[in-house]
Amino acid sequence: MQLDAESLTESESSLSIAVLVSVGRHPLTGRPRRADQDARALEMAFSVAGAAPALLHAGPCDDPSEDALRCYLGMGGGTDLDSLIVLEQTADADIIPALADELTALGPQLVLCGTRAETGESSGMLPYLLAERLGWPIITGVAEIESIHEGVVVALQALPRGQRRRLSVRLPAIATADSAAPAPRASAYGPAMRGALTFSNTGSADDEARQDWLVSPARKRPKRLKIITATSARERFKAAAAKSQGGGGKVLKDLSPEAAAEAIQALLKEEGVLR
Amino acid sequence: MLDQLLPVLIIAALALAVVGAARRVFLWRRGRPSPVAFFSGLISMPRRYLVDLHHVVARDKYISRTHVATAGGFVVAAILAIVVHGFGLDSTLLAWLLIASALCMFVGSLFVAKRRADPPDRLSKGPWMRLPKSLMAFSLGVFLVTLPTAGVVPADIGGWALAAGLSGVVAWGLGEMFLGMTWGGPMKHAFAGALHLAFHRRPERFGGGRSTGLKALDLSDREAPLGAGKPEDFKWNQLLGFDACVQCGRCEAVCPAFAAGQPLNPKKLIQDMVVGLAGGTDAGYHGSPYPGKPVGEHSGAPHQAIVARQGKALVDPETLWSCTTCRACVEECPMMIEHVDAIVDMRRHITLELGVTPDKGVQVIENLIATDNPSGFSPDSRMHWAADLNLPLMSEKGSADVLLWMGDGAFDQRNQRTLRALVQILRAANVDFAVLGNDERDSGDLARRLGDEATFQSLARRNIATLANAEFESIVTCDPHSFHVLKNEYPELGGSYTVYHHSTFIADLMANNRFQVTPWKGNSVTYHDPCYLGRYNGEYEAPRNVLKALGMDVVEMQRSGYKSRCCGGGGAAPVIDIPGKRRIPDMRMEDIRETGAELVAVGCPQCTAMLEGVVEPSPQVRDIAELVAANLVEPAPQKPLSPSRPTVEVMH
Repeated sequence: MQLDAESLTESESSLSIAVLVSVGRHPLTGRPRRADQDARALEMAFSVAGAAPALLHAGPCDDPSEDALRCYLGMGGGTDLDSLIVLEQTADADIIPALADELTALGPQLVLCGTRAETGESSGMLPYLLAERLGWPIITGVAEIESIHEGVVVALQALPRGQRRRLSVRLPAIATADSAAPAPRASAYGPAMRGALTFSNTGSADDEARQDWLVSPARKRPKRLKIITATSARERFKAAAAKSQGGGGKVLKDLSPEAAAEAIQALLKEEGVLR
Repeated sequence: MLDQLLPVLIIAALALAVVGAARRVFLWRRGRPSPVAFFSGLISMPRRYLVDLHHVVARDKYISRTHVATAGGFVVAAILAIVVHGFGLDSTLLAWLLIASALCMFVGSLFVAKRRADPPDRLSKGPWMRLPKSLMAFSLGVFLVTLPTAGVVPADIGGWALAAGLSGVVAWGLGEMFLGMTWGGPMKHAFAGALHLAFHRRPERFGGGRSTGLKALDLSDREAPLGAGKPEDFKWNQLLGFDACVQCGRCEAVCPAFAAGQPLNPKKLIQDMVVGLAGGTDAGYHGSPYPGKPVGEHSGAPHQAIVARQGKALVDPETLWSCTTCRACVEECPMMIEHVDAIVDMRRHITLELGVTPDKGVQVIENLIATDNPSGFSPDSRMHWAADLNLPLMSEKGSADVLLWMGDGAFDQRNQRTLRALVQILRAANVDFAVLGNDERDSGDLARRLGDEATFQSLARRNIATLANAEFESIVTCDPHSFHVLKNEYPELGGSYTVYHHSTFIADLMANNRFQVTPWKGNSVTYHDPCYLGRYNGEYEAPRNVLKALGMDVVEMQRSGYKSRCCGGGGAAPVIDIPGKRRIPDMRMEDIRETGAELVAVGCPQCTAMLEGVVEPSPQVRDIAELVAANLVEPAPQKPLSPSRPTVEVMH
């Protein structure tokens, strides 16, 4: 590790990282805030030695969302980070083209963002669509960036139940921060207010796919009942503390894409998702 | 020979002192501007010195008498010595006066020497140990050289050896008293102290007044650094105040954090600020250190950061986060230095500029921003505690005599009992009251003490806007922190209200016989003064009057009234929770146990929580409202209930 850190500071001193940030929403009160995973992505960018993160936001920008965006700038106290590029978009625009154009112009080696936004469609599709458009590889759900050396990023991907998978990916690449990534530092008011929002004048492309959609309020999803047949307190505790054992699950390895797709389809039919 | 030497010595000492004074003034003026009433401050200075300062010093009779003799003798002797020996005014009368004042000072210095023979821990040693000898050198030297002037002994007595010896003694005295005063010796406290009293940033404190609300930070200036990150970020008169410290250590003796072994010593903190304003290391400090932190490892300069992002600078952040803002140090300081202001100024920088508020503090601030309460509860659940009470809401009622401010205790199960008791009392006394309900927000006390002035001002402004839509005569609250903030800190932001702590309000109701109580039949009771009610707002009597009206025999603790020891719950200290050797509430409970009381009456949700958190067995902790409500004689219902069940016609 020691060696890695040293080589990082030596050879990658001019590493440019772009962090895509969005306006979050507090789960209880719905007030605008910095999105948790996006803030973790910025924290992750700070953790890379010698990196100079650039902040990028695409979307509509009014006063409350400006305050929320400034929270990211508030994390930049004591670093060089003092501005945020805003690509102002209409509320129902497709932000992928604008982001892709801006990223092409900026030319970062690594793009970091949260796995899923807290507002808007919140589909989690943005990093994939962006990677597809730019033709870059994508690493999802990153918990930690271990090193960036000679154009290769080594990252730990967060898997369920605290498992980690080490991935080496050639740059340029897109990485999304998982909720398991280190908690973001506090946002300080002074740097947040002093930081600059640079408005970049780009057109907004209409989101054609979205025009056909019917938007309705979300329903609460039914929860699978967990039937516990415990007779003692100890067993009840064990059942409550135990991780859910799928039981019926299967591990399929070395499958052809077609066979894998068939297996998924079969499961979806079995669960009644597909009819 | 003395005739020629003395004027030279005195004039030279005076000239050097003036140079030193100019240098010192220059150091203070590196601070930020702070407008003061220059001439009226100077004019009122002697009165502040002789009355207000002496009033605090006189809490220790020994040292106040010693100080009157020494300082009084010195001031007269110094002026007369300059006139008689410096300018050679040949007056037997003045010479006799000079002899008398020098003698007076000498007697005083003997008592200083006696105190210094086996000094208590709180006193600084080092240069301060030579002070009694220097005082004696000055007084004795002046006394002896004045004897010929007064005609007691012939002018040519003794030889050149005696003259040289005497000159040496006088020179030592002059060096300590004149040069030391402005070049940073122990006597600096006289020079800086006098000017500090003249240009104090809270002149309201003099003449028996009170000024305890924190001063608002100007957030509109985007360029100015927020809070005090460097010594020169303090207001100039704050720097002057630090320089006035006489290192008597009274603050140290009363500081709950210091007693608990947390890394804070108010005296050392002020001395560190002096190091910061003059530049250098703290190696020259000779008092008790911050517990667990050796002296000599920290250094600073006017333009250097007080708290480093990494490593050591002038002060470590945990020192600043140990403070409970109980104001005991400020209350005890004979120089009327504002320790709490300085600590909050530095916390403001840590939170607003560095963003390195310790862990739990960040969470509390984020909750306050997102949910308007420190624990992150849904703002819609603020009234859940009163679901069965059918409380009148201001939004429905429009106006009421009394606005009951619930505070964040509304979310706390323990404090909900107090609130219910208070509602019971208000109803028994037929008080026309209403609550803001879910429109109420945290008062901002916690955010402000965490240094987050921006969140405080945001909460305060929104609360003030809500309060503007309600019509009421007064606000009553059972939380002294809300009480203090609403009463003393909202006016600067445009909200002035008549605010009562519930103990004051209940005392008033009882004095007017608004409800009846049965006499208390328990054992002895003691009362714990909450800092934010007592020292911050001077309310010591009302809670005791309520307890007495209940027929209680109140046993006082050793440390009660203005000397009350903090419970450890203020100033965001429980949020940050800096480790020490003991817990502050344990020490306070020890004070309570010493009285032998079986019950301790409190008037603050924080105190209740802290004292009830002490390991049992310990005296019961009850809020004043609970004690009153428990002994309430419920008024006869207005419509007597019919004794039999109402007949119900059953339809088939």
